[in-house]
Amino acid sequence: MNEVTLAPNRPPSPGGALVRLVDVHKRFDDLVVLDGVDLALVEGQTTVIIGESGAGKSVILKHIVRLLRPDSGEIYFRDLRIDELSERRLAPIRPQFGFLFQLSALFDSMTVGDNVAFPLRIHTRRTRREIEAIVRQKLTMVGLDGIQGKWPAELSGGQKKRVALARSIALDPELILYDEPTTGLDPPRADEINELILKLQRELKVTSVVVTHDMASARKVADRILMIHRGKFIFDGTSASIRETKDPRVRCFVEGRCSEDVLRSLQIEGKA
Amino acid sequence: MLSVIGSTTQLILSSLGQFSLFSWQMVRWLLPGLVQWRMWSRAMPLFYEVGNRTLPVIVITGTFVGLVLAVQSYDQLRAAGFEQRMGVLLTITLVQELGPVLAGVMLAGRVGGALTAELGTMNVTEQISALSVMGADPIRHLVVPRFLACLLLAPLLTFFCDLFGSLAGWFVAVVLKGIPSGPYWWYIDDAIATWDVGVGFVKSLVFGGLIGLVACYKGFHCRAGAEGVGRACTESFVASFILILMTDFFLGTFLSGVYRGLYGFKALV
Repeated sequence: MNEVTLAPNRPPSPGGALVRLVDVHKRFDDLVVLDGVDLALVEGQTTVIIGESGAGKSVILKHIVRLLRPDSGEIYFRDLRIDELSERRLAPIRPQFGFLFQLSALFDSMTVGDNVAFPLRIHTRRTRREIEAIVRQKLTMVGLDGIQGKWPAELSGGQKKRVALARSIALDPELILYDEPTTGLDPPRADEINELILKLQRELKVTSVVVTHDMASARKVADRILMIHRGKFIFDGTSASIRETKDPRVRCFVEGRCSEDVLRSLQIEGKA
Repeated sequence: MLSVIGSTTQLILSSLGQFSLFSWQMVRWLLPGLVQWRMWSRAMPLFYEVGNRTLPVIVITGTFVGLVLAVQSYDQLRAAGFEQRMGVLLTITLVQELGPVLAGVMLAGRVGGALTAELGTMNVTEQISALSVMGADPIRHLVVPRFLACLLLAPLLTFFCDLFGSLAGWFVAVVLKGIPSGPYWWYIDDAIATWDVGVGFVKSLVFGGLIGLVACYKGFHCRAGAEGVGRACTESFVASFILILMTDFFLGTFLSGVYRGLYGFKALV
């Protein structure tokens, strides 16, 4: 069991980068997914990564939390190189990461309360009352206090996402990663999630990475937008600058209208 | 042709390597977990699930196998004048071979498939990844309690299979065929030794452990989607079934050799 402090004193990181990926390569069989990715996540910022399906967005998130290891390259959390750490040495660092999965990933066999309490039971020695109080506080933050006794199967898609978000912030992480947070939700529910991302950013001062292909969501929450294409970043800018970019591949994605030339080139690259 | 043989060999070796690594990780968490209350508290509900799900099928299977064995063997033994020793043949077959194998097969079908489906669904809905991200080792939290439940309940289920099979044999022999009850039990008591029960116990332990490991491994490594989970369940049962039969042969041969080395040949009649 790894005892962690719930309100850590966070030292300033060198260069303001909380996480750095250096020349990261990853392939699955013959498919190159990441082709020399370099990325520095600035502390306190919300970075949105956009790109087509299969472009490698979620793979980047999974590298940051070490669900995947790179074939080559380096990954740092503050000054610590985490891609080489053993699971045992990584364990004390894991509570610094919160991860909202695309499918929410709530544990079916546990109630909502137990789901949110789970990381607290694993990583702290708090009493049951203290844990209950934290669970209530986190569920209140996502607007769902009072449903501790419900089962995940009884919740709507939007509620599941919010409970999963409450679980991911249970240990007050420094970094929250959102994998397609609005996918599968209707526009009002999607906007609720966007508002929550902004609220957590404001109140907890966390660093966030959002992977999405929902441009409305990206524009709303992003301090910085990156676009990944065929394993490499082809755009790095702000919500304002992405509208002005001349790159036809980025314009195609952002506007949702692609010229025949761009479509043809994408198909050719895809086949290659 | 050569490339097909090469790629198939590579696939088999890589699967074996993955399974060995998975088993090793499980053992690493199992040993310290044995003295942790948390581990047992996670395993207790699974004990109930495994036992509760499997016991009725085991009782039915054991009973009918006992009935069939008794009916089939009676005429042959009567022709040789050994009908009073029918219980020996029946009980030793059940205790050493059929009990552990049948209980294993039922456990693999009834529980192994369900465990694979449960863990496979957790896998495709990213619940296993969620555990890892939270710093909770999925093998420690999910595999060890399930392995323990299969390992420890298999001998108990085998005992029930043996018991109901023997009682069914007694019913055919004594009630239907009119063999006196006293000699029926006396011959069994005379022929069945602690060793025979031990062989059945060891086999059931090994089968239980294998079923638990294979079911969890298949669940952890299933492909995405409902089809992936379905396929993993089928593969889990088939692999467990084949492993039970193969292990039964090798373990049986090994233990027979050990017995002969220690006590010499044992005649049943």
